[in-house]
Amino acid sequence: MSGPILELKRVTRAFGGLRAVSDLDLTLDLGLLAGLIGPNGAGKTTVFNLITGVYAPTSGEIRFEGKRIDGRATSSIARAGIARTFQNPRIFAGLTCLDNVRIACHTHAGAGLLDSILATGRSAAEEADILARSEELLRSFALDGYRDTLAGGLPYGEQRRLEIARALAAEPRLLLLDEPAAGLNPHETQALMRLIHDVRDRYKLTVLLIEHDMKVVMGICERITVLDYGVCIAEGAPAAIRSDPKVIEAYLGDAV
Amino acid sequence: MSPRKSRFARGLLWVAAALVLSLGVDRLAVNWVNPYFYRILVLCGLNVMLALSLNLVNGITGQFSIGHAGFMAVGAYASAAFTVYAVPQLFGVGPNASGLVIVGPLFLALLVGGLTSAAAGFLVGLPSMRLRGDYLAIVTLGFGEIIRVAILNIDAVGGARGFAGIPRRTDLAWVIAGALATWVVLRNLLRSYHGRAFLAIREDEIAAEALGVPTTRYKVTAFVVAAFFAGVAGALFAHYTYLHTNSFTFMKSIEVIVMIVLGGMGSLLGSVLGATVLTALPEALRFASSERLIIYSLLLIVLMIARPQGILGKTEGKSGK
Repeated sequence: MSGPILELKRVTRAFGGLRAVSDLDLTLDLGLLAGLIGPNGAGKTTVFNLITGVYAPTSGEIRFEGKRIDGRATSSIARAGIARTFQNPRIFAGLTCLDNVRIACHTHAGAGLLDSILATGRSAAEEADILARSEELLRSFALDGYRDTLAGGLPYGEQRRLEIARALAAEPRLLLLDEPAAGLNPHETQALMRLIHDVRDRYKLTVLLIEHDMKVVMGICERITVLDYGVCIAEGAPAAIRSDPKVIEAYLGDAV
Repeated sequence: MSPRKSRFARGLLWVAAALVLSLGVDRLAVNWVNPYFYRILVLCGLNVMLALSLNLVNGITGQFSIGHAGFMAVGAYASAAFTVYAVPQLFGVGPNASGLVIVGPLFLALLVGGLTSAAAGFLVGLPSMRLRGDYLAIVTLGFGEIIRVAILNIDAVGGARGFAGIPRRTDLAWVIAGALATWVVLRNLLRSYHGRAFLAIREDEIAAEALGVPTTRYKVTAFVVAAFFAGVAGALFAHYTYLHTNSFTFMKSIEVIVMIVLGGMGSLLGSVLGATVLTALPEALRFASSERLIIYSLLLIVLMIARPQGILGKTEGKSGK
């Protein structure tokens, strides 16, 4: 398949008089690792919330794989193939790491409620499959040592990794990462970025990530969109973004 | 044998074992303990059903319902009306019948009670799902009270006099079978992806939704399943003892909540334990007559200080098998 996997056309979201996102056009090509940057309050997370259906756009349309998704429920968009992580990890703290990942396998489970209540062969086979897939994911994220640990007791870096593993368990084709490196030290950040790159290649995903740390975005993103006050002020390859005067003025200042 | 067939055979074997256990315990209890203890055992079983089912909503899905007695009342009155008005016509089984002929009609009456209550659960669940926390609690409280007062004013089911003429068909065997069924259904649910969806809603609704869990549908499902078993418990109760709306006051709902909080929100075994202890404890304290309630409350306070997470804590132990 070619063409864009995600398209936002003139999307606006207003909260009362405030236009958090204004007439935003954003196109994401299949297989891309793209970045969404901008100063605090630029509307980056709002864009994620619009894509995942937490908010409905005030106007404009959002297409995923050619189909309109704006206005649909968050869970139905997740089932369509978009998974996300949150700025502050929203792991299920009171459940084990294994269960955290297993819950996300929900998107592709099909046994009915009665199947589960009667523990039929169908339900048992599906559960065995979910268990195998979840353990595999924990292994590939080096979290298998924490399989039966309550997720709330995990070190912060591991919680972030768990959240990404959990998002992948939903078998998305588009992965949205909201500041995956927030709160990590430079060493951990490096490792995480390598991991995101690997994940993209291994699972053949399209990834859109929000990031604050300039070096990180420039280091791994192939394409970057810059938001300021809800408006897209620049878009392009990292090198072009770095030298764009509007971006420097709005965001980078003297830092680069 | 194919694995599917052997699974089915194993299921049948378990059902048979459960029946033998229920009947066996009933026979033993009839022969070995006095009627007073027998009655406490029956009430224990009913409370186990109520606590287990409420735990699905409050402990496992993390919602806050305080109208469980209302669902019990719906089940009780629906099944009692069915037995009194429909059974003699449909099956020719009169109120004085006994022996095996009552098995079918009673089973049907339990289903009627459970399904009517489940329908009520659906109706209450639907609008409530836009509400959270305290607001949801108030809606369920209102439902419980409205149901009770409504029944109180229906003359066909006895109104304020209580519903007389219901044949006493429930015995300990039925109650144990009901409690076992509730337990198995909830345990199987919890071991499936459906069960984990309930837990995910308790832990973080936004994250659950983002991972593809249709949270509204699961919250309504939790209410419906819980209401079903509360309804069956009510139906068993209606065929056991004098039926009056006084048995389904707000205090009854609170009693069930205390059971699951004490046993541990989210733990099935905890609900069984909590229900048993809280049914037996007031009886065990009868020697203290007037100080009974003071001692009872003190014990609860001490327990909550010593183990705020409940006797068995929040979850069902290890997640993997």
